[in-house]
Amino acid sequence: MKNTAGKNPSMRTMLKRYRFFAITIVALGILTAVNAEMGREAIDVVGFSFREMAMVIPPVFILLGLLDVWVPKETMVKYMGEGSGIKGVIIAFTLGSAAAGPLYGAFPVALVLMKKGATFSNILIFIGAWSTTKIPMFLFEMAALGSDFAVTRLLINIPGILIISFLLDKFVVTKERDNIYKLINEIED
Amino acid sequence: MINRILYAIVIIFLVVSYRKDEKKTKMALKKAWKAFENILPQFLGVIILVGILLAVLNPEVIGAILGGQSGWLGVIISAAIGAVTLIPAFVAFPTAALLLESGAGIAQIAAFISSLMMVGVITIPIESKYFGRRLTMWRNISAFLFAFIVAFIMGRVIGG
Repeated sequence: MKNTAGKNPSMRTMLKRYRFFAITIVALGILTAVNAEMGREAIDVVGFSFREMAMVIPPVFILLGLLDVWVPKETMVKYMGEGSGIKGVIIAFTLGSAAAGPLYGAFPVALVLMKKGATFSNILIFIGAWSTTKIPMFLFEMAALGSDFAVTRLLINIPGILIISFLLDKFVVTKERDNIYKLINEIED
Repeated sequence: MINRILYAIVIIFLVVSYRKDEKKTKMALKKAWKAFENILPQFLGVIILVGILLAVLNPEVIGAILGGQSGWLGVIISAAIGAVTLIPAFVAFPTAALLLESGAGIAQIAAFISSLMMVGVITIPIESKYFGRRLTMWRNISAFLFAFIVAFIMGRVIGG
């Protein structure tokens, strides 16, 4: 059995790549077997999430591809790279806030920004903004929880994101930079 | 509505791009597909995991914890629930509003919302693929701690 796995490396990487997915499928099966009602509920949520994903993912990834092809590295460095200063910070914040979709959609975008030479602190600001100061989400939060709640949270979040990004950049990224760039080069291949 | 705007923007960009350079546009689409295919296994796994978690931790269970507890223990539990769940905003905000009406504290709700959005325990496999384990861990840890700061300030400012 070992040999057959060794003969087909692409099959093996495929299995490895989808291992996590396979485990979750098994877990869903077990849940359904133990408690059919909970299983059905879980499947409902999964169906719902798939629809959401099918709606948001194509435009985000196409924009990503267009960004990759059309925006030259020099432009990105100029606007979000070393020495872009406060301008870079504002652009990172705006890009993240204008986004749509769940946080995990932000990482592939961050990858392109990294490859194009944006600074890490700007990328972290972008991720922070995407996670919690998205404009459509803010409007929705105002409607549901009131403007006091939403505005106060926004006012805490803006400095919070900046401080967290600064600290992560200073204490983690400086040590990890080579590792991270090695990682993103692997993704490219 | 937001989705429609997003689609409209993408279609306009695609058309403009295609008119300017057919080859480059095809390359962009190829890159888009590659980036998506790359992350697909993790997406699939996370979506199923979210389904399982939401079925087990249904709104009643979450509500009982957020509403029934008070003080810092409640805040800690709220932040922890927010960290491990992945609830879409349009479900989370109305639920939070309902919980507030039924007596949950501002600080607890703020901790829950904040960590729900900024901390993603179940998306760690996706995030570390791009940022590496260390940066991913530290980003999530700092976002989790930040949820307590948000809870504290919101509790003071709004909770009175």
